[in-house]
Amino acid sequence: MSDHEYTPKSKFGKWFNDRLPLLSLASHLTDYPTPKNLNYWWTFGGILSFCLITQIVTGLTLAMHYIAHADMAFESVEHIMRDVNYGWLIRYIHANGASMFFLAVYIHIFRSLFYGSYKSPREIIWIIGIIIYLLMMAAAFMGYVLPWGQMSFWGATVITNLFSAIPLVGEGIVTWLWGGYSVDNPTLTRFFTLHYLIPFLILGLVVLHIWALHIPGNNNPVGIDIKKPSKDTVPFHPYIVIKDGFALLMFMIVFAFFVFYAPNILGHADNYIEANPLVTPAHIVPEWYLLPFYAILRSIPDKLLGVVAMLSAILILAALPWLDTSKIRSAVFRPLYKQFYWILVADVLILGYVGAMPAEGLFLLIARVATAYYFLHFLVILPVLGFKEKTLPIPLSITEPVLGGSPNLATVKNKESLNH
Amino acid sequence: MKNSFKIISLIILFFITSYNSNAAEKVEYLKTDWSFKGLFGKFDRGSLQRGYQVYTEVCSSCHSMKYLSYRNLAEKGGPEFTEEQAKAIAASFEVLDGPNADGEMFTRPGKLSDKFVMPYENVKAAQAANGGAYPPDMSVLAKARSGGANYIYSLLQGYEDPPIGVILDEGVHYNKYMYGNKIKMANQLSDGLVEYADGTGATVEQMSKDVTTFLMWTAEPHLEARHQMGFKAIVYLIILTILVYFSMKRIWSRVETEI
Amino acid sequence: MADKKTNRRDFLFTATYAVGAVGVGATVWPMIDQMNPDASVKALASTEVDVSSVTPGKTITVLWRGKPVFIRRRTKEEINEARAVKMDELKHPEKDEDRAKDPEWLVMLGVCTHLGCVPLNDKGDYDGWFCPCHGSHYDISGRIRKGPAPLNMEVPKYEFVNANTIKIG
Repeated sequence: MSDHEYTPKSKFGKWFNDRLPLLSLASHLTDYPTPKNLNYWWTFGGILSFCLITQIVTGLTLAMHYIAHADMAFESVEHIMRDVNYGWLIRYIHANGASMFFLAVYIHIFRSLFYGSYKSPREIIWIIGIIIYLLMMAAAFMGYVLPWGQMSFWGATVITNLFSAIPLVGEGIVTWLWGGYSVDNPTLTRFFTLHYLIPFLILGLVVLHIWALHIPGNNNPVGIDIKKPSKDTVPFHPYIVIKDGFALLMFMIVFAFFVFYAPNILGHADNYIEANPLVTPAHIVPEWYLLPFYAILRSIPDKLLGVVAMLSAILILAALPWLDTSKIRSAVFRPLYKQFYWILVADVLILGYVGAMPAEGLFLLIARVATAYYFLHFLVILPVLGFKEKTLPIPLSITEPVLGGSPNLATVKNKESLNH
Repeated sequence: MKNSFKIISLIILFFITSYNSNAAEKVEYLKTDWSFKGLFGKFDRGSLQRGYQVYTEVCSSCHSMKYLSYRNLAEKGGPEFTEEQAKAIAASFEVLDGPNADGEMFTRPGKLSDKFVMPYENVKAAQAANGGAYPPDMSVLAKARSGGANYIYSLLQGYEDPPIGVILDEGVHYNKYMYGNKIKMANQLSDGLVEYADGTGATVEQMSKDVTTFLMWTAEPHLEARHQMGFKAIVYLIILTILVYFSMKRIWSRVETEI
Repeated sequence: MADKKTNRRDFLFTATYAVGAVGVGATVWPMIDQMNPDASVKALASTEVDVSSVTPGKTITVLWRGKPVFIRRRTKEEINEARAVKMDELKHPEKDEDRAKDPEWLVMLGVCTHLGCVPLNDKGDYDGWFCPCHGSHYDISGRIRKGPAPLNMEVPKYEFVNANTIKIG
């Protein structure tokens, strides 16, 4: 970090910092120049960190009581809910925390999509983010298996069976994943191990994510590069700390509402039935945050292609910085892109809805159209828009559009130079 | 920005509220007012005790309650029998224990620490005794059915003759509210079937309501504590949010711009 | 004027920190308390033992809270021997009357107070118990007489709920 030299105040501080520059790091984080025009969509990074810590802490405490064995898992969860001191609270926080985690990550991702935060020079931040998102989905999927209810078991069966679509080695991979000839105890115990591990992988990636961010600094709603530090920035502490804190508290109120007053509304009743390999539930549905991808998977009639489509839907996001050819970052100045953005949002919500419905009739038709449109957006619309769109003039600085008060924004003769 | 936020929230709200309804046919469940619903919901102790009586006298011969312990009957937030009453209830059941010094299993009267005795030794025995159908364990039944309390309440009162054209197999009954309308359990409740200890008239509707309330408690024994803590937590969060909001305004006033 | 402003600002920030701290404490407590014994463990906090088959001179061992408890029905000679011991002979002076309210019955945790091994019955130099781990000798009242153990074997809370049953804990 090429910041100003930080000198610790105390002798011990100096001695320690010379050996492990934690105090310098703390100083960097405190003084980190942040654009002062960030709106509340930028608070979700902090909220996500809170969610990760919450899941780790509640997960750790749950793991002290949970038993990862097919014969005892369901009962151990009931033991937590009934007998362990505050067990019900910790369990409900963990289960609803997963939903809140995904709610926050979707808002965070869609913020990036709107404001072009994935664009150069922030491509690596974005790609690390996609990897974090993938790991989140893996962790959530395996976590849902642990209570060993009907949805746990059958969701695991359906999703692990997907791997059989891989030509030649597919069946072998599935058997390897299962540790047997069907989802059973060996599958459960290894899912528990991996579920415990992944959050710490995520933690490491989050550190890299933030480190990569601190090189260019934050994007901002206007999408222009700013000098840091400058009149356009404020030190992270206390300005952003307090704003993130306020947003976090609002988020926690929503979270608390779910935990205390509707703790099972986001879940599925069938998961309170013990896993039964002989009885398949009428409708196998993943948790809501996986529904759009479930819809895409089921919209393709071919098993392998369905899996490919589902994975591509996520991996295509990694290519986004190169698919979006526009030189302008923020949708604020891209009126056409803005429309397509909201259509994409609607498209994803529609995919989520049909993902929860049976894959037949009108629902299937809608899923197919929505899937096609999803790929159309990224593969066709975005690249074309970059060239064809007439963008609005972007301001010279972030204070200028506000302080000036006049509607006449100074335009930049050469847009290229700004977005380097 | 604000408009788009509003639109998104409305869409999400729409999905959440419509998501939970039955995917298949829409059946309107029977409604009644449940004391445990709502932000300040609590269990009606009398109803819980009557519901326990219905469970014990009518349901427990086939349906287990394996995650409950007899001491739960005396704990706060439940039927709140006295400890003596709960001890007596426990002692009225024979519990398997052992092995003793001779290596044999034996039975003894139940204690508070024992789990509820199961009517059948295992699932297969339960199926064999009930024409192949397993009477589900009731510990979390109210959470294991998407219709919840209203569903159970309706189902108990929903037995009627099958409509014309519907043929039922041997041992299958028609129920208006059962998923798929066919159920292997015969109608269990009839007026006056149970003589309530507190003298309440035991109509089918009353027994359905009481036993459903009881099942809601067995599924969510900490419901009242959860509601109480939730109220305190949210009030606390609102207070802290207000404080932090004003702190934020105070701090940001040092920056001369308002975006 | 500046003073007043500072005071109001300080109050706001102080109040925010204070209220925040309360929340942090309220959140941390359940995380800590969940490690305390849960309801099912606490329900097994006491055990009832049927002692009708214990004849004088016999010792039985039962499990209570995961630990062994020795229940010995002492003979008249053993009781006298226990009572005759002088307090200054003991590392941990305790009267036998205080350890066995009903002198016929000795109930104590069968855990050596040195490092926790289970002493062996009817062994040792004092007609009581002997711990093979490091050579502690206990007498017929369960008191340490020789060896590294610092204290007598612990007497838990117990009572006779009827002539044949002892409730421990």
